[in-house]
Amino acid sequence: MTDSRAAKGVAAKKIAPKKTPIPEQDSQARRSNFGEVSLGYTPGQAKLEAARCLNCAKPACVSGCPVGVPIPRFIQALNSGNISTAFDIIKEANLLPAVCGRVCPQESQCEQRCTLGKKFEPVAIGRLERFAADWIMQSGLTEVPKIAPSTNRRVAIVGSGPAGLACAYELAKAGHAVTIYEAFHEPGGVLLYGIPEFRLPKRIVAAEIEVLRKMGVQIVVNAVVGKLISVDELLSEFDACFVATGAGTPKFMCIEGENLNGVYSANEFLTRINFMRSHSFPEYDTPIRKGQRIAVVGGGNVAMDSVRTALRLGAGEGIIVYRRSEEELPARREEVHHAREEGVRFELLTDIVRIIGRDGSVSEIECIKMGLGEPDAGGRRKPVAIKGSEFRIPVDMVIMSIGTNPNPLVPQSTRDLALTTWGYIVADDRTGETSRPGLYAGGDIVTGSATVISAMGAGRRAAEAIHGHVMRKQ
Amino acid sequence: MAKILEKRLIRKPDVYFYKIAAPLISKKALPGQFVIIRLHDKGERIPLSLADIDPGEGTISLIVMAVGKTTHEFSTFNAGDDILDLCGPLGQPTHVEKVGRVVLVGGGFGAAPLYPIARAFKAAGNTVTVVMGARSSDLLIYEQEMRQVADRVVITTDDGSKGMKGVVTAALVQELEQHGAGLVVCVGPAIMMKFVAQATRPFKVPTIVSLNPIMVDGTGMCGGCRVIVGGETRFACVDGPEFDGHLVDWDSLMQRQKGYHREERESFEAWKDRHRRMLDKDHQPLCE
Repeated sequence: MTDSRAAKGVAAKKIAPKKTPIPEQDSQARRSNFGEVSLGYTPGQAKLEAARCLNCAKPACVSGCPVGVPIPRFIQALNSGNISTAFDIIKEANLLPAVCGRVCPQESQCEQRCTLGKKFEPVAIGRLERFAADWIMQSGLTEVPKIAPSTNRRVAIVGSGPAGLACAYELAKAGHAVTIYEAFHEPGGVLLYGIPEFRLPKRIVAAEIEVLRKMGVQIVVNAVVGKLISVDELLSEFDACFVATGAGTPKFMCIEGENLNGVYSANEFLTRINFMRSHSFPEYDTPIRKGQRIAVVGGGNVAMDSVRTALRLGAGEGIIVYRRSEEELPARREEVHHAREEGVRFELLTDIVRIIGRDGSVSEIECIKMGLGEPDAGGRRKPVAIKGSEFRIPVDMVIMSIGTNPNPLVPQSTRDLALTTWGYIVADDRTGETSRPGLYAGGDIVTGSATVISAMGAGRRAAEAIHGHVMRKQ
Repeated sequence: MAKILEKRLIRKPDVYFYKIAAPLISKKALPGQFVIIRLHDKGERIPLSLADIDPGEGTISLIVMAVGKTTHEFSTFNAGDDILDLCGPLGQPTHVEKVGRVVLVGGGFGAAPLYPIARAFKAAGNTVTVVMGARSSDLLIYEQEMRQVADRVVITTDDGSKGMKGVVTAALVQELEQHGAGLVVCVGPAIMMKFVAQATRPFKVPTIVSLNPIMVDGTGMCGGCRVIVGGETRFACVDGPEFDGHLVDWDSLMQRQKGYHREERESFEAWKDRHRRMLDKDHQPLCE
């Protein structure tokens, strides 16, 4: 009822039916650079878009946001031209608005529930969030949030991806002494090694992490928990520990030819480029192969990131090989759209069967056409290979982007930690509590590969539970 | 950052010994493990085996042969300099237990990581023979150190300039024929480990090899170091680096090791060029 009345209200207010378009880099020009594709709203465009929000009394959008950003409140602030207030409202719930505004799949989260979306295009919540965060950053107004008086409680966080950072942020605000242990030489997790520069500029990640440092959070890099120090040791040194090591171990298909040179996991390919900057080899020391025709196996965001990165390295052709159909592509709509604009070829309902090599390197892939069979338990129709439909595509590089497994280092090295049969840590949905008292876990190491914002949500919820736990401790 | 405490040229012209301050790593590291280093902020991450571990003084030691850009650049680092990133210990340690007679086989500068392994097997109550080979006597390293921890050291050189003339496999076969062994552990170039595994197969002696594929992160998140062992894909950085030598797909390993030969040469040439210019500049007075 509320919805339909609101929708009538829409018509009465003569609200623009479509999202205010966002300026973007030209699709041809951007194919040869790593600059950001989406350029962000101007203050004028942001105001125009903010005016589309109906300011619903019971905002459904907020319930679609995994960290519960007070969406109508911040948009109303933008609407009245108060960007700095808008930013403060967002920051009540979200440590990384400049990141989330860019990489969240809003079409399946906040924007999916937007009342306006019932009749027209939903309010561009993500773009507005990003606008407020960028504007503050550009104006140099970034402030360190108020920190509660010290509680003399110490919390260790394992992993500096979105879950670990969000947890650290909340705990530091509450006055706890927080130390983050990171295995790599820079913090950020997937924000740094996974998501490419053209979607998420690294300076933005660095700036948001800098705020944590200013809040007094200690970040220890090159510290592989499970090897250099164990969770058991952390639990004896700290009042609590939060494990957020992600699901960073790539899956392979174990098909013929998968170990040929020129076959990468998406993780390796993206790590070399985003993290080690091998696109600037030999200025930077880490090399990367530069293929001319590249096949990426998979249909998620990581697959889109990989194929678009390959184009920017100079590949003439980038091909997505995905065994289901367009509808099931798990990647963000906007990324699929961008990939298409950049000329990526989609081989849908196609699976890879084997990789063929010449002189130790990839030369072709053999694929098979798939049909969609009966829906499975989850309602998705199961792809079934069509006999005799094999065909080959000449390629000189293959990137496997078919998902990840949990990293085994912490699960293997921690006593009495309950794991699922797949090796993920068993943790309470609401609190992140594990089978060990004082040990909490969240993000992909609990749920398997999910989104940045859901990992941050888990980090936030765990922070609340950890706060309760350590304050009860004498 | 990790400080270099000591550096020595231990084999002319290109093999260096480094002792590095690493209090935390030295407390946890065990024989058979490795570290990953990155020299500076444009550097790559390279894996290096531990040549010694001293938890008492809080140090680890590395033996590095200058073969390409990063290792040559490392050779310009001196005592007092810092390595930007030092990450470890990584990989599974050598499984050390009492098996009776153990033969350790090292080739070239692969002898270095065998040193802490030999010491651990000796401490576990084994009779330890070390077979170490090089092309000629002046290329041997770590002979004195090995003599201190092993019951017997057998030297082989391709040119016969010291010890037995020939390759390590001949000496190994002789050792197995005469004394037998409960275990063989081999560290060295892939081609040598392949032939060692072939040589021990007829004797049915369990043979552990330490694989050296290309690595990036060293923590199991990229699969760049994947190897085929017993028909399965394994990640050398977290599942290994040691595996059953009789089950390793050697040809695939050696093929993958060559994956960046062209780029490695390009990077090295560019560095040599820059480095020469840098050295030339150093010889000119900066101001009058």
